[in-house]
This record gives sequence, C-alpha cells and structure tokens, in this order.
Amino acid sequence: MTVRLSRAALLYAGLVLLLIVIALLDGTPYTTRLLVEAGAYALIVLGLNIQWGYGGLFNFGIMGFLMVGGAAVTFISYPLNDKFWNSDGPLLLGKALLAAAIAAVIILAARQVHRIGIKGGWKTLLVTLAWFVGYVIFRSQMDPATASIVKNAGFVGGLGLPVLFGWAFGGLVAGGIAYVIGRICLGLRSDYLAIATIGISEILRQLIKNNQWLTRGTLTVSPIKWPVPLPQDYQAMGFDTQTSLLYARGGFLLVVAALVAIVMFLLIRAYGGPWGRMMRAIRDNYIAAGSMGKDVTSRQLEIFVLGSVLIGVGGSILVSFTQIFDPNSYQTINHTFFLWVMIIVGGAGNNWGALFGAIFIYVVWLMSEPLAQALFGGISYLSAQIGWGAIPDIESRSLQMRVFVLGLVISVALRYAPNGLIPERAQRGS
Amino acid sequence: MDQLIFFVNKVLISGAVLGSIYALGAIGVTLIFGILRFAHFAHGDMMTLGAFIALVLATLLAAGGFAAPVPTGFVVLPVAMVITAIIALGLDKGFYAPLRKRGAKPVTLLIASIGVTLMIQGAIRLFFGVDTRSFFEHETKSIIRIPTDAIGGSRDISFTEPQLLMIVLTIVLCLALHFFLTRTRLGKAMRAMADNADLAQVSGINTALVVRVTWIIAGALACCGGTMLALDVSLTPDLAFNIELSIFAAAIVGGLGQAYGAIAGGFLIGFAETLAVFDWSFVLRPLQPWLPFHVDVGLALVPTEYKLTVSFVILVIVLLARPTGIFKGASS
Repeated sequence: MTVRLSRAALLYAGLVLLLIVIALLDGTPYTTRLLVEAGAYALIVLGLNIQWGYGGLFNFGIMGFLMVGGAAVTFISYPLNDKFWNSDGPLLLGKALLAAAIAAVIILAARQVHRIGIKGGWKTLLVTLAWFVGYVIFRSQMDPATASIVKNAGFVGGLGLPVLFGWAFGGLVAGGIAYVIGRICLGLRSDYLAIATIGISEILRQLIKNNQWLTRGTLTVSPIKWPVPLPQDYQAMGFDTQTSLLYARGGFLLVVAALVAIVMFLLIRAYGGPWGRMMRAIRDNYIAAGSMGKDVTSRQLEIFVLGSVLIGVGGSILVSFTQIFDPNSYQTINHTFFLWVMIIVGGAGNNWGALFGAIFIYVVWLMSEPLAQALFGGISYLSAQIGWGAIPDIESRSLQMRVFVLGLVISVALRYAPNGLIPERAQRGS
Repeated sequence: MDQLIFFVNKVLISGAVLGSIYALGAIGVTLIFGILRFAHFAHGDMMTLGAFIALVLATLLAAGGFAAPVPTGFVVLPVAMVITAIIALGLDKGFYAPLRKRGAKPVTLLIASIGVTLMIQGAIRLFFGVDTRSFFEHETKSIIRIPTDAIGGSRDISFTEPQLLMIVLTIVLCLALHFFLTRTRLGKAMRAMADNADLAQVSGINTALVVRVTWIIAGALACCGGTMLALDVSLTPDLAFNIELSIFAAAIVGGLGQAYGAIAGGFLIGFAETLAVFDWSFVLRPLQPWLPFHVDVGLALVPTEYKLTVSFVILVIVLLARPTGIFKGASS
C-alpha cells in the first residue's frame, strides 16, 4: 500500500512540475485557463467515476449531459429577453403546455382502460392510439408557438439569475434525464445502457441544436456571465490586460477548485462508508448483493443520477467559462470518449486516479496540438524537399492524428495497465 | 394512383435501400455479439473504412481507364470486402484477442472497441481528409424509370441503378449467409458456439476458427454495407458514426445473436425511419375535404432532423416490451 501511495504522490508531483513548466513557457494567465478547464473536466470525470468506477455503469452519453448543462446555465443566467415576454410567446407556450397536459391525460386514461374491461391486444392498440393522438395534439400547438417565438423574439432568452443557480440547474436537469434513461435501461444487460446513452446523447444534441426557440440553436448565445468578476471588470478598474486576466481567471479557478475539493471530499467519504461498500458489492457481484437484500436496480439508478448531476454541473461550468453556448462545438469524440480516456488512464474507482487522469490528459491534449502540428509540418516539409510536394490540409490532418492517438492510448492502457495509473486499492486497511 | 407511386418512390424504395444497409451492418454486430459476447462499437467505422477502401480501388480503376456497364463501386466491391475482412481479422488479433486471452470481461472489450473506433476515425481523416467524397465524380448515376401508364399513373416509378443493385446484392448475400449457417459444417459450428461456447468447445468445435470466420463475415458485410451507403448518398469520414445507433437498434430489435433477426430488424428500422420522416402532405391532399385540418407541406410525423430519434424510440419500446428482441436473442 505504501508503494502505491508513493506512486500516486510521485505522479502528482510530476503533474505539478509539468504545470510549472507550462506556466513558465506560456505564462500564468494561460495556465490558469488550462487549470479552470481541467477542473471542470475533473468534476465531470469524478461524476463518471461514480457511475463507472463505483457502480460499473456505462455512460457513453456524456456529451448529451454536458450540452444539457450548458443549455441550462444559458437559460438561467442569460438576461431576460423583453421582446419575448412582451410578445404573445408566453401565451402560446402556455397553450402548448396545456396541450401537453391534455395529451398526458389521454395517454394515462388509455393506460387505465383495463378497468372497464378492455384487455390484451385491444388495450395495447388503444394505448398506441392515445400516444399518437397525444403527440398530434401537442405538435399542433407547439409548432405554431415555436415558429412565432423564433420569428418575433429570436428565442426565449434567459431568466437573468446568478450563474451559480445555472450550474445547479444544469446538474438538476442532467440528473432528471439520467433518471428517465436509468428507469428504462438499468436492470437490462449492461451493453444496452451503453447503446441507449449513445443514442440519448445524439438526440439531446439534435434537440438542443434544432429547438431554436429555446436555445437559439446554431446561432449561439453569448456572453454568459461568470460567478466572479470578468477580466473586463478588472480592466475597468485600471488593471492592465495580463493582470486582469490573471485575477479574473484566478477567481474562477478558486470557485472551481473549491467545488472539486468539496466533491472529492464527499466522494472519498462516501467511498469508504457503508454506501460505497454497498455500491462496490453491487458492481462486483450484483447477484450476491441482491441476495443480501440490496435493491440493486434502484441503487444503480441512484449512482447513475448522482454521476450525471456532476457531469451536468461540469458542462455548465465549461460553458460559462468560455461564455458562449454553441451546440455545434460539441463532438462525441471530444466530449464523450475523451473523458473515458481520462478515467481509464487515471484509474477507475479511485477518485485520486480520476482527478489525476482528468488534469493530466487535458494538459497533454492541449500540449499535443502544437506538437502534432510541428511534427506534421516537419513531415510535410520533408516530403516537399524530396519532391513529393507538401501534404494538403496539413493543419487539420495533424489535429486528426490526435484522435488516432487517443484510441491508441485506450487500447494500450487496457492491455498493459487495465486498472489505470493510480488503481483502485483492492483491499482497504481497516 | 400518383399518390401511390409517390409513396412507392419515396418510402418503399428508399426504405428498402436503407434497410439493406442496416441489415448488412446489423448482421456483423449480431454475429460478433453471439460468438464473442460483446457489443462491437467499431462496427460503424469498419463500414466507413470498407467504403473508403472501395473508393480508393474505384479511383484506381477509373484512373486506369477501366469502364464497366455497372458503377465502378460494385466492380471493386469483392476486392474491398476481402481487404476489409483481413483488416477485421487484424483488428481482432491486435486489440481484442489479447484481452480475451487475459480473460477480460465483455465490458473491457466494449471499451477496447471504442479505442478501435477512435483509431479508425483518426486514420481515415488522416489519410483522406475531412471532405465529402462521392463514387460518382467521374461517372453518372443512371436512373431507371418504369412508366406506369398501364395502371393509370402519370408519374414513373424511378430509382437509381445502384439502388437496384444494392437490393439485389443484399438478397444474394442474405441467402448465401442462410445457406452457410444451415448447410455447412462451419456454419453449424458457428450457431452451436453462439448457443453455448463451452459446450461447443468440448464437443470438438474449433472455436478459434469460428472466431476468425465471424470476423471475416462481419468485416466483409460491413464493407459491403458501408460502400452501399456511400454509393447511395456520399462518403464522409463520419458516415457510419451516424448510423451506428440504427445498426445497433436493428441488432437488438432482432435479438442480439440472431442473424435472421438482424436482417428483419434492419429492414424494420429502415422502413420505420423512412416512414417517420415521409411528408404525408402530397398523399393526403386529395382527401382534404374530409380532413379536419389544413394539409400543409412538411406534414411529417417526425421532422427530418430527428430521424435518429426513430430508431432510438423503437429500441426503447423493444427493450421495454421484449428485452430479448423479437427473435429472442441472447439474454444475459
């Protein structure tokens, strides 16, 4: 155990050294930015660690939850859109809501028809019909409402509340969606959850991208506020650019770091406590855990929701830090699989491993951009020298190389270090 | 009558084409699942890779001045299928077999397949760039028209030559697979192993050979499906990533591990997606006097952007109502 502890300490010391080198080379404001983003990723990876490391549940829909978090913080903290509130938009939306309620009543009523003696195939038919009718009723009200809002007001705007509420709301919505997915897919075989989460993240992406009335879609929303003063505020006070950037980002970093520290503390406590032991028992042998009287499915639902809340909050933080919500910027590779690389390399089941993986991989990812471009620039130069001509689109191709390397890292890690750099300790000293 | 022809053109033909593509992909997914017990996520990218290999071969042929009565994509298809099958074998040898040997859980293999996905995507973009490509840059897509005057229609039933070839090819391949699985020793061994791997091994079946054959079939069919998709629309590096969900939905709907189920599931998903985004306004317009609402353009059940939702909803319904799929696949 002492050996592993010192290994973790060594890895963290190396990481700090790496950060110091970066700070010396690229300046402190850049490093602070990197750390803020790495902190947000750390929060997301901790959420994934609850799901995968504690509970053994797949979540390949991280991107969807991140987008939901981003849309939520946009909705909560963006200033009120007077054009929308002064138009008949709210009224139309209310009508659509009423239509949705009527549709829900119809569906619920159809599900109860067995009480009046309609059973079997007829009931299934009626329920299907009710879903169809409900859907048509809802669409008949919703479509004009959204069209009118987009035409008259652009989009609904925000609520103008503090950003921290937005982060909390992001976590809440992500948790709610996770609850619905979990209710459907937990208890089935684990591969189904993986496929279902991939599906749901694509659908969430389409919904957020195409529901222009709510999220402004691809037109993007900016600027989104920070929970701390912005660099512009410091500049207005008379600081120069570099200092104001450092102060503002430093403030943001403090908030994120505090959040990560609190979450880490709670998670480590939970891991060692009865709750964590139960979760690991379920993960390692759910049949045995079930026979000991643990409610496997609802416990798994619990961790799935809990992890998704953290992922949603992380998504909100990323969006509010970059100050722009752009649904087009989300990609499955960068926002789902990238985080899986972090947790696999770091060490699933170990929070320190997850934290290390998140920061380390993010730093390496950012650093690899100029590296890859330099490498490919060199190759292109060489091929030009020997008369083959320069490689076309070298810039974008060299960036694609990093995707290949990500895949290679997953494969190599699974083969040679399947438990990650800082693995979960199999035996806890009592 | 015209409405019916419109319906045939828009739904039956494109649904059948889409269904063929999904079926070919889903067969591979379901076979790999049946034999190796893991969901192979890199399958969609194997399809894309196969399509790119076919494109390279077709370009080479075209550069060599070769001309055939059928689109070049189909001429090079057998060669591309062989190459993709070899690549599939190599992927197994390099990335999945070592993990299996270690006794890794199926979940680990699933994550490994994500790694393979990223590598294939990265490699494709590295070598081919991110642009959209087409098989029909140098040749034209000929359109076949069947006049319908005889049955009182004023429009033609029309489809492209590749579409016709695709459907024929899919039927041929499905029949070949059927005979392979039911008539040959190896095919029977494969089904035995899908039912119970341990029992198959103790009764003397060469499981290593079965695994190899599985990858060969899966790779070849993936190449075929991917090339067909590229021939029907166009070829982009993220081509199959977009249909990954549909393929998995098809495999699950048909019952994971069931080759026939995958074919049925593929066509079911293909037709459902086409029907859901079908614009009913043209068909319903003659009925306007009897309808309580105004028939407007764009009267589809689901907006086109949400096409993907259809396969997901079907998947969810099947998972809720019949978790083992309509053909009762592997349940554990």
